[in-house]
Amino acid sequence: MNRITQRMNALNEAGRKAFVAYIVSGDPRPSVTLETMNELVDKGVDIIELGIPFSDPMAEGKVIQSGHERALEHNVSLTSSIEVVKQFRERDNETPVVLMGYANPIERKGYQIFADMAADAGVDGVLTVDLPPEEAVDLNAELKRVGLENIFLLAPTTTPSRIRDIVSLASGFIYYVSLKGVTGAGHLDLGSVKSKLSEIRKMTELPLCVGFGIKDGASAKAVSEHGDGAVVGSVFVDRMGELANASDAEIVSAVGQLAANIRLGLDS
Amino acid sequence: MNDLTSAENIDYSCFPDERGHFGIYGGRFVSETLISALDELAAIYGRLKDDPKFQEEFDKDMAHYVGRPSPLYHAERWSREVGGAQIYLKREDLNHTGAHKVNNTIGQALLAKYSGKKRVIAETGAGQHGVASATVATRLGLECEVFMGEEDIRRQSLNVYRMKLLGAKVTSVTSGTKTLKDAMNEAMRDWVTNVDDTFYIIGTVAGPHPYPELVRDFQSIIGREARKQCLDQTGKLPDVLVACVGGGSNAIGLFHPFLNDETVKMVGVEAGGDGVETGRHAAPLNDGIPGVLHGGRTYLMEDENGQIIDTHSVSAGLDYPGVGPEHSWLKDLGRVDYVAVTDEEALSAFRELTLVEGIMPALESSHALAYAKKIAKDMSPDKTLVVNLSGRGDKDILTMADIDGITV
Ligand SMILES: Cc1ncc(COP(=O)(O)O)c(C=O)c1O
Repeated sequence: MNRITQRMNALNEAGRKAFVAYIVSGDPRPSVTLETMNELVDKGVDIIELGIPFSDPMAEGKVIQSGHERALEHNVSLTSSIEVVKQFRERDNETPVVLMGYANPIERKGYQIFADMAADAGVDGVLTVDLPPEEAVDLNAELKRVGLENIFLLAPTTTPSRIRDIVSLASGFIYYVSLKGVTGAGHLDLGSVKSKLSEIRKMTELPLCVGFGIKDGASAKAVSEHGDGAVVGSVFVDRMGELANASDAEIVSAVGQLAANIRLGLDS
Repeated sequence: MNDLTSAENIDYSCFPDERGHFGIYGGRFVSETLISALDELAAIYGRLKDDPKFQEEFDKDMAHYVGRPSPLYHAERWSREVGGAQIYLKREDLNHTGAHKVNNTIGQALLAKYSGKKRVIAETGAGQHGVASATVATRLGLECEVFMGEEDIRRQSLNVYRMKLLGAKVTSVTSGTKTLKDAMNEAMRDWVTNVDDTFYIIGTVAGPHPYPELVRDFQSIIGREARKQCLDQTGKLPDVLVACVGGGSNAIGLFHPFLNDETVKMVGVEAGGDGVETGRHAAPLNDGIPGVLHGGRTYLMEDENGQIIDTHSVSAGLDYPGVGPEHSWLKDLGRVDYVAVTDEEALSAFRELTLVEGIMPALESSHALAYAKKIAKDMSPDKTLVVNLSGRGDKDILTMADIDGITV
């Protein structure tokens, strides 16, 4: 069984919600990423989403765009990010890691080579923001071949018939985009999240994690009440940016502290 | 790579397919939130494009507001000086607002009106599409916000002020390279946030399906007119068509109605900047590879990691690392040739047409003129060559003055 499913099952049995943390690989510099991942796990993160920096991150708000730009200044790439996962796996063979990024770096590498590299390194799932199911057929086949989960997005605007199609292709978990907007947006509407999640719930058994606009333990807890977990990203990336000139140790500990607080809120 | 390896036996009017693909190019590479808006747009466009009332409204605006048909002008003096083929200029520079861009914004603003959207947004590089969007928006009473890279705002200050006079809000984009591609990212972000009440007017034949198709259809009025005008004036089809290619809307507009005419040769001219061999250019069809950006698969300028790279051209309207997907397909099929000319060649064509014909072309269009001159020379005087004069050069006067070291 894939690590994502294992983790989700275990959380479910324990009656806990999944805490999914997003950081950008190599932000603010490559030397902090591995230690940050370890620290996030130590402070209670269940799944790590490692953002692959891209020159044109169309779905990101200002905060995460800046994270991508900081990483790109250090020439962080898909290849170097996969290498970080490989190092992470030397110590941690349980925490699921999902690569989250845009299609072009993967296209450039070639689907087959990418799938082999990612599986080899111990990646568990791939979420390609600008690859809706219609365009994901070929990548999907490659990910299946090597046993990687393909994580798809559902949005407030996704129609019921589309939800049905997408959940039939998805595996691992479903990422529900909580609002119409970009990452880090500030207009989360809990009522609409709740009603959409219950609509989706009727069509799939897959775990539902909710992301975009989740800023702290309280909002993480609120959205995950109707789903199985919460994805938190901009808050971490924002802190990375503030501490861009601080030492690695300071960054790691600050990010860890944020994670510990969110975990506390989520479990309260 | 492509099962269609030959240009023979293709009916070009049948593309894209229902999912917006031209062979392996095009499609819809956007995040899930935008899919329903694109479906809605495709449905509305599918319904309206054959609706006589919509067509009538479009044609009426084209005639009385834009001033169409634009002339097909026989540049006799320039043809004589070049000493080869007869060169004809399709005068899109005479359109209201000064470029071909308005053909598309009128069409899309009508779609916005029929969709009941109250607000339109647009991205712009040179500012021509921004001006054309602001123009149609204010006329229809729609709120308008234009996204423009910080760098382009500096280079195209005249157009920025024009947009403001027209009541539009111009938002400076400071991410990435601070040019057209980043303006397009920012417009997409705005659209995803305000998708319920906002219509995104994309300025070229790029972006996710159905944009490349509908922008092409609105711009094809250029080629339909040119085809008829050429038959009327010369009694035959033209031998060669030449147009500049940024995103590719003026070029596809001219080419598309001729694609099934096998005898008509077509050349798209990209911005060669300092020269394609220097790497400082904006010529993805000459020196790029297929990838995914801004919602579609197409030729792109990128590095070995798949990051989109900085482009360079003296002309802001061509300074874009991608190109409309239909051009990528036409390139692979060999139906259209894609070449590049340098900044220097374009600037010299600008000066030449200005002095010889008294027509001041846009720097974008000057790229097409520069290449036309190169090939016309070696053609016989009974051949005709049509150049799309996509816009007028007024907006470029400050750039020219700057190059000449003059403060105006
Ligand atoms: C006069 C003119 N020609 C050409 C272009 C390039 O666009 P496209 O390739 O879509 O025609 C522009 C863009 O701003 C323009 O202003």
